Amino acid sequence: MKSTLELSKIATQVRRDIVRMTHAVQSGHPGGSLGCADLLVTLYFNVLKHDPKHFDMQGKNQSMFFLSNGHISPVWYSVLAHSGYFEVSELATFRKLNTRLQGHPTTHDHLPGVHIASGSLGQGLSAACGAALTKRMNGDKELVYCLCGDGELQEGQVWEAAMFGVAHRIDNLIAMIDCNGLQIDGPLDKVLPGGDLHKKWEAFGWEVLTMDGNNIDETLSVLEKAKNACGNNKPVVILMKTIMGKGVDFMENNHKWHGSAPSDEQLKTALAQLEETLGDY
Amino acid sequence: MTKHIPTDKKDTRSGFGAALSELGKSNTEVVALCADLTGSLKMDAFAKDHPERFYQCGIAEANMISVAAGLATGGKIPFTGTFANFSTGRVYDQIRQSVAYSGKNVKICASHAGLTLGEDGATHQILEDIGMMRMLPGMTVINPCDYNQTKAATIAIAKHDGPVYLRFGRPSVPNFTPADQDFQIGKALMLSPGSDVTIFATGHLVWKALEACELLEKEGISAEIINIHTIKPLDEAAVLASLKKTGCAVTAEEHMKYGGLGSAIAEVLATNHPYPLEMVAVNDSFGESGTPDQLMTKYGLDTKDIVAAAKRSFSRKINPSS
Repeated sequence: MKSTLELSKIATQVRRDIVRMTHAVQSGHPGGSLGCADLLVTLYFNVLKHDPKHFDMQGKNQSMFFLSNGHISPVWYSVLAHSGYFEVSELATFRKLNTRLQGHPTTHDHLPGVHIASGSLGQGLSAACGAALTKRMNGDKELVYCLCGDGELQEGQVWEAAMFGVAHRIDNLIAMIDCNGLQIDGPLDKVLPGGDLHKKWEAFGWEVLTMDGNNIDETLSVLEKAKNACGNNKPVVILMKTIMGKGVDFMENNHKWHGSAPSDEQLKTALAQLEETLGDY
Repeated sequence: MTKHIPTDKKDTRSGFGAALSELGKSNTEVVALCADLTGSLKMDAFAKDHPERFYQCGIAEANMISVAAGLATGGKIPFTGTFANFSTGRVYDQIRQSVAYSGKNVKICASHAGLTLGEDGATHQILEDIGMMRMLPGMTVINPCDYNQTKAATIAIAKHDGPVYLRFGRPSVPNFTPADQDFQIGKALMLSPGSDVTIFATGHLVWKALEACELLEKEGISAEIINIHTIKPLDEAAVLASLKKTGCAVTAEEHMKYGGLGSAIAEVLATNHPYPLEMVAVNDSFGESGTPDQLMTKYGLDTKDIVAAAKRSFSRKINPSS
């Protein structure tokens, strides 16, 4: 178990990795990645029951994590590497020819930590439901976690999964929605307003929790609450408020950083705001 | 020629249902999902006997395919069931990303394929599904010809590790293949040897090809009939070996001429040896309402159409410049 301070230091290094990785190939998605750094670090270092050195595709007797909004692969790859799934040095191959660190995550190249390909949005929660059902059938008590974007909720399939999860009383699943309020074309409220998400998920029959996903203490306590809410005949969802671009001032709350890479100058500015805590890859 | 005698007439979907029920008893890793078509897919027996392994998904096929991918991730062997249209076109991206690209062991089982779905009309009569599924890397595509073969194929794909598209249909058709057949994925079956022309058929058209064989024999043309139940991977060696003997080909399928069996065989011939090839398939058209028989006649998928195509192919062989 890491202290909040330790988790925060890891998250800062992850943020450095994110801007360096996207800068190196002048592509990728830094905004949502930066926003979810605190959550993924907290999950992988303090919450998931997992064995990074011996990744099991079937996830037997381990927690399973599904990243549905696969475009935030930089944060996931960095967290997987720092957790020990593969060498941190491999982050330098991100999005380059023959890499296992594809633009969007895939099982195709056998990257440890990835259970299914994602990137085409809306599919991850369904897959997580399937994995959770497998655990139930196998008498496996560990939980399944799934992260989706708030823009992703515009995909109808997410709501198919929302109905399915309740219909089949999937209560070993914690879904997390990254509510940064922004998508490629602008604020969600302008592109396609999602309405009252809290009421929507509640109406579908989910146990709904909320948290500030950029506050590690709160994230730890709400994830604990979510775990305790499992086993209650219904799935759990956490609406997680985050700031797109968190940690780099000129990227924060700006949808332009959903999918664009920093220039040389911008990289310099960003890195000056992010302390090198674990050493750069 | 070899005479094949049907034991009875049955729908291929019932072969699927019977096999799924057997698999439920013999393999506890087999799970089934259905999108509100349990009766149509003949999945009721499995649902009744194994409620803890059956997942009603409602009219939400996209979710069903991705849930199946998640079940496969955990080590289960999921069989999804809905109409062929909703098994492919509606969920192509889910199959592509969550199943095929992710290499998941999901069995996509599709009934009511093609024109023989009948009166419901073109919205439900998919004729492009083989093409779509054949394009996906790593996808196995199987279209068995009768009840017994569909049953055997269903049992066989449970043992195969990897994504499979299994296509079958609604109407009762002659059941003539052996009940105890050993179904081998990817292995073409010679049903009747011949020397003048080879007819490669799949699905419901296999029986019609055998009928055509009899008619052709009366006209002095010896047709070899090969059942291509597995369209991908295609048994290229069997295709070429037969054509080395006969020198000209016909393909017959209840599918669009683009992307299906005809295209698959044409790819083999164009890159190996350009034997004359005639395709019995739907020609760039949607279907419509009607009885299965009426539709097969109107869209040129009858026994007489296979006979005519065989004669055309044969005459191109003996008179290449015509």
